[in-house]
Amino acid sequence: MSTLSKWSEKIGRSFEKGRPLHCLHSLFDAVDTFLLTPSEVTKEGSHIRDAVDMKRIMITVMIALMPALLFGMWNLGYQHFLSTGVDAGFWGCFWYGFLKWLPLVIVTYISGLSIEVAFAQWRGHQVEEGFFVTGFIIPLIMPPDVPLWIVAVATAFSVVFAKEVFGGTGYNFLNPALVARAFVFFAYPSVISGDSVWIAESADAVSGATPLALVMNGNMAQMPSFLDMFVGTIPGCIGETSKIAILLGAAVLLFTQVASWRIMLSVLVGGFVTGSLFHTAGVCPVNGWQHLLMGGFLFGAVFMATDPVTATHTQSGKFIYGLLIGILAIVIRVINKGYPEGMMLAILLMNIFAPLIDYCVVKVKVKKRKLNISKHRIKL
Amino acid sequence: MKQYLGPLRKDNPVLVQTLGVCSALAVTAQLKPAVVMALSVMVVCSVANFIISLIRNTIPPRIRIIVQLLVVSTLVIMVDQILQAYVYEVSKMLSVFVGLIITNCIIMGRLEAFALSHSPFPSFVDGLMNGIGYGLVLVVVAFFRELLGSGTLWNYPVVPQSWYAAGYLNNGLMILPPMALILVGGLIWILNSKKSSVK
Repeated sequence: MSTLSKWSEKIGRSFEKGRPLHCLHSLFDAVDTFLLTPSEVTKEGSHIRDAVDMKRIMITVMIALMPALLFGMWNLGYQHFLSTGVDAGFWGCFWYGFLKWLPLVIVTYISGLSIEVAFAQWRGHQVEEGFFVTGFIIPLIMPPDVPLWIVAVATAFSVVFAKEVFGGTGYNFLNPALVARAFVFFAYPSVISGDSVWIAESADAVSGATPLALVMNGNMAQMPSFLDMFVGTIPGCIGETSKIAILLGAAVLLFTQVASWRIMLSVLVGGFVTGSLFHTAGVCPVNGWQHLLMGGFLFGAVFMATDPVTATHTQSGKFIYGLLIGILAIVIRVINKGYPEGMMLAILLMNIFAPLIDYCVVKVKVKKRKLNISKHRIKL
Repeated sequence: MKQYLGPLRKDNPVLVQTLGVCSALAVTAQLKPAVVMALSVMVVCSVANFIISLIRNTIPPRIRIIVQLLVVSTLVIMVDQILQAYVYEVSKMLSVFVGLIITNCIIMGRLEAFALSHSPFPSFVDGLMNGIGYGLVLVVVAFFRELLGSGTLWNYPVVPQSWYAAGYLNNGLMILPPMALILVGGLIWILNSKKSSVK
């Protein structure tokens, strides 16, 4: 470790102002603080010291995403070999999925990070950590067969127009990973919707539709069993299929208190209640808890809706925010046949309303307290 | 001279004053209607400026808005008729937005701010320049939207077939109005980052 820090100190000098490599200082800074603790400390004033900084929080989220990722890789291969009828064994499936996932994640990081570094350099900021998680989530919510250049364009679009325009990490009011997906969804609808895009080898052999697409087409007979949907051996995006893996991730996030249990719970409640209502009214053949298992609902509830930057900040605001996401997601799913996956649009919509919810909650609290004070005075 | 060139960049009606954005979003999905729209606005804006400036001393101040509207709407109806007669297809595409030139803030704004207090010829030039400033933005936005959204320019395919065969796809979002808003926003961003006065 000491050789590493010595080396970094030695190298670091050539990145200082006026030195030849100054134009790359933000890149060096990012690598340096990623590997080592920064040497600068605050000189005056008291500050709360905590081991948890933004980098640690981001790492926690990435750890929480691991089960979903690993399972997703295996499932990708499993679905592929299922459709071609070859028995490849556990490692064969896993290796196939890994090879599908790797280019996606490399393209995402290259495209996104180069823009982040360019902006950091231009503004004289440090490179922010936010993109690590965003770039990690994007391959998980894209169809595995999406052309790589589309991933690059979508990532670039979301980093520039969802984040950097508003001032970078922490200032974005929309979830960048979801914006990337929404961009693909609206710009290149043929690669993300439809029946046959979800399995890698769609051209030949049997193509598999996601359960959501089956319901939308009224094809209830081909539905996978709900145990399959819970375990995750169904076609779908890499991250979203296995509910067990996502719940494992949720446990990590809740245990470390990185994500808010209020949002997760209220999204689930909102979705369940709305789904049940539609089922009872006879509009949709799928009942409430089945809705929770389909598509990206759970993934969105655990990893997307809880994004601390774009969610509401007040405690009661989180309940309202989550409930509305759950309700809207199911409403979009059931009512609008054009958008089988309502979760993405619901979260993006509520991201926009999050500041308004916070504002209203604070206003209501202030009014209540004023009322209390005036009542108290009358008693006196 | 300098004040006449202002609308092209420093004082651009769309990018700096953010006027006329509505029609800029609506007609820029393709280059052809955007150019026709830009020409129409140029004609209406310059001629209306000229006419109002001619009669500026005889208009009673209290009813000047009505007089202005009368002049502008007459011109707009004339332009609309000409478009329908000679370029019917484009006129169909522009539909209601030619008629809505009447309510375009750029035209009323120039009449109020310039034509009422200047002699006819400078007013004409001012109207023309503002029309060009508006038209430039329209053409730039429409260029990118048609190129990336449909792979064509002026309805001629420019993206070679071999690209499509290699997996290139047209960007469907470019055709939708939100992308026009984002492109106009991007232009404003570029302009503001170059200009030191806005800070």
